[in-house]
Amino acid sequence: MTERLDEGVWQEVPSPFCGIASDDLTISVSGQKVSVVENGDAVTIAGFETPITDTSPRVNGKEVSLTEAVDHIATLLRDSQQTVISGLATDLNGARAAMALADKNRATVDHMNSTGAFRNLLVLQDTGWMNTTLAEVKNRVDLLLVVGSDIEVAYPRFFERMVWPENTLFGQDIESRDVIYLGQAPSGEASTSPAGKKAEVITCDDADLPEVLSVLRALVAGRSLQAEQVGGIAISVLATLAARLKQAKYSVVTWSASMLDFEHAETTVQTVCEMVKDLNAKTRSSGLPLGGKDGDTTVNQVSAWQSGYPMRTNFNRGYPDYDPYLSDSLRMLADDEVDTLIWVSSFDVQRPPPTSNATTIVLGRSGMKFEQEPAVFIPVGTPGIDHVGRAFRTDSVVSIPLRQLRDSGLPSTFEVLSAVEQAL
Amino acid sequence: MLMKLTGGRIYDPEHGINGEIRDIYVDDGRIVNAPDDGKIHQEVDLRGKVVMAGAIDMHTHIGGGKVNIARTMLPEDHAADVVARTELMRSGCGHAAPSTLTAGYRYAEMGYTAGFEPAILPVNARQAHMEMHDTPIIDKGGYVMLGSDDYLLRMMAANDDQESINNYVAWTITHSQAIGVKVVNPGGINAFKFNQRKLDLDEKNSFYGVTPREILLRLARAVKELGIPHPLHVHGCNLGVPGNMDTTLDTMNGIEGLPMHMTHIQFHSYGTEGDFKFSSGAAEIAEAINRHKNITVDVGQILFGQTVTASGDSMLQHAAHSHAHPNKWVTMDIECDAGCGVLPFKYKDQSYVNALQWMIGLETFLLVEDPWRIFLTTDHPNGAPFTSYPHLIRLLMDRTFRNETLSKLHPEAQKASRLGSIDREYSLYEIAIMTRAGAAKLVGLADRGHLGVGGAADITVYTDDADREKMFSRPDYVFKDGNMVVKDGDLIDVTWGTTHVVKPEYDNSVEKSLKGYFDKYLTMKMGNFKISDDEIVDDGRGSLTIQPLHKGGRI
Repeated sequence: MTERLDEGVWQEVPSPFCGIASDDLTISVSGQKVSVVENGDAVTIAGFETPITDTSPRVNGKEVSLTEAVDHIATLLRDSQQTVISGLATDLNGARAAMALADKNRATVDHMNSTGAFRNLLVLQDTGWMNTTLAEVKNRVDLLLVVGSDIEVAYPRFFERMVWPENTLFGQDIESRDVIYLGQAPSGEASTSPAGKKAEVITCDDADLPEVLSVLRALVAGRSLQAEQVGGIAISVLATLAARLKQAKYSVVTWSASMLDFEHAETTVQTVCEMVKDLNAKTRSSGLPLGGKDGDTTVNQVSAWQSGYPMRTNFNRGYPDYDPYLSDSLRMLADDEVDTLIWVSSFDVQRPPPTSNATTIVLGRSGMKFEQEPAVFIPVGTPGIDHVGRAFRTDSVVSIPLRQLRDSGLPSTFEVLSAVEQAL
Repeated sequence: MLMKLTGGRIYDPEHGINGEIRDIYVDDGRIVNAPDDGKIHQEVDLRGKVVMAGAIDMHTHIGGGKVNIARTMLPEDHAADVVARTELMRSGCGHAAPSTLTAGYRYAEMGYTAGFEPAILPVNARQAHMEMHDTPIIDKGGYVMLGSDDYLLRMMAANDDQESINNYVAWTITHSQAIGVKVVNPGGINAFKFNQRKLDLDEKNSFYGVTPREILLRLARAVKELGIPHPLHVHGCNLGVPGNMDTTLDTMNGIEGLPMHMTHIQFHSYGTEGDFKFSSGAAEIAEAINRHKNITVDVGQILFGQTVTASGDSMLQHAAHSHAHPNKWVTMDIECDAGCGVLPFKYKDQSYVNALQWMIGLETFLLVEDPWRIFLTTDHPNGAPFTSYPHLIRLLMDRTFRNETLSKLHPEAQKASRLGSIDREYSLYEIAIMTRAGAAKLVGLADRGHLGVGGAADITVYTDDADREKMFSRPDYVFKDGNMVVKDGDLIDVTWGTTHVVKPEYDNSVEKSLKGYFDKYLTMKMGNFKISDDEIVDDGRGSLTIQPLHKGGRI
């Protein structure tokens, strides 16, 4: 449990920012100023240390009370024909309140990371997968294949915590672990072992990944190929990789779907997942999709248990109606199908709402800047700093309790959205 | 606000009441004595009605990671049963993997007032509680899964004493906020991570050298010695494998008389006789249950149609993946703790195997003599969605209906079963035992499942009808903690039930070793693993009810 040691120093603080839910942070709090003292990284330090600037809600740029702001939102929603509640960078109870409001106001729900998340979700709904979680990786992985993703940029401590730990359960020599990048090369040294063994890199352009992965899957399945190279990679190189995957006792194939930024990347994710299934005919292998940022797994989880569906579900007809294409909020906004947008972004000031013609209501982290002042802006607390909460990490299995570290007086997203629902 | 429920025909097996006309008085959510001054604030006329305690589903997958995977992966299954919002109820979806809200409403509308999630992974317990928190009306709780977790297997490989294991079990049940302990394919989920593809009762885990039999004994003993009322809840080895009845019989014999609940026994009662090399072992299994008074079972009846199987048993779900319908499936290795597997599945009445599974379940119901030791489940949603319970009750209570249904199934399966020759019909009293009094006793709910003074006023009222499916589908009234939540089969109020737990005692020194283990090998801190009471209360809607341990239940 997060413990308060001396005045203003907290230990074992979980991070809602880093996707892998590191919970070994030491944090000092002085007044409203938060500093990461130990075990910070580029992502968590920015997440925790963003200062509070504005504390007052605004309607059309004018400072108002929270009650006035809530009432104004209710007025806008009453007149709305098509509300979208998106962004949804929030915690468990923020997601619950958003779902309740969407249900009541017949709105559509979406998340700021859905474009990436759906590259995985569509595969889950079409063919499924064999996946693993972080502690299994930490204790078992012998071959880590990183597909198309420079993961250390978004997950700075993934390698330190999961691939190069000091101790593992089954007597494995950590230095015997192999890391292979396929596609993107790593930008830093996080994937280099403690003794200095560098990751192997088989590069290709993103555009060639679908073909390269298809060939790799075919080779794993024992098919023979006429081609000699694919995407600039010699088939023999991929054949060697296929053989190593088959020899490995517990290979893990990982990717960050948000980094597989090309058309229909879901089919590439599917190829990877089906390859992992094929490998399991003889040995063990698992997928590990990396996500869990900005509350994306949390919100998809809550949406699934409350409505049966993940994001991109609308309640226009009084019941949940799921359509990953029609209810893509970015498409809806671009096509002017939305009159009112509620944008929730309580973790990151760098994630303001997309530009659109919709009347925009923002529940944002204090300090958020706008190209165009929204109709309503309510600075809300950040879960795990300003109020308690719970958040799921990347594997959708483990969730962490988030603590209140300071008393900022900022309302939670749950409080604001629940008040709006009450006011309707 | 004293309420009198007047003149109903009462079935309260806990107090031996079998269809007697009595009045019930309710005050402040509890059943009370008739008031001395005779003052009544509200009276409900139940003359001619059948009155039972609220029903309790002691094994239903209603919350947690694998259930939510099932929901997420089945949009096409929800589409046929979307549920619109009303003034009272939130929207959602039903059928195989219903939304939490719809599940709560539908349980209540069927007269159920409690449901227990049988497979809470310690590391995923927080999620299970989040989902159950969003499940309205019914009480809930769950059994925490142990037996494939590396911590226990390390202890066993090191031959740690029973007291250390008891401490660990008590610590886990306490901090995952559970009411019982479950084991799924004992050690098998772990063995699958080492690429073992099956694990018989006496087969060793290739890394730890520990066998399922030893795991069952250690855990069953821990549960007994800690005084946890719910016996060790066992999903045995070799689920679904033809011939597994021998393993099941061995498991019963091998537990050395300790209390053990063998769940979804239907899936573990298969022989290998006949042309299809698949036969019913129900008679032998039932005979063994009748003989072993320490054994309880629930059936895990299958019913025909589309559903989804969601299980902690990653090993055997993987082995069964070619049967997925539609053809998509998930397995997961989870956090050096457990695993899971999710396969959509369609039971077909013209399939020999599925038809015989149906018969095996019913044979088991009818051949086990003591209704206090057998429980009505479909292992929701694995055998069928829980909404099929009224149909199942009719199959048990109405031999003509049962035999008519039987006559339409795969003809070879009919020949392979003795079901048609079994005359037994369950009585209302026996149904009340199986779904109320017995279930409460089995789970360890002191104040539920009966209609005695002091009990919670969870009460279901039916109109007697020869069509038992109709009767049990739409109760006239359901009272939850004294509130009328259902009237004439429809929900009229939405309340929020409590979470039942036990808090066995343990020696705090267990945390020293656990803290080191969490720090070294796991990916979260021990302190962040623990689920606080505040998390259960959450936004104020939740509450904890700590149920009593058996006497002498401490270390």
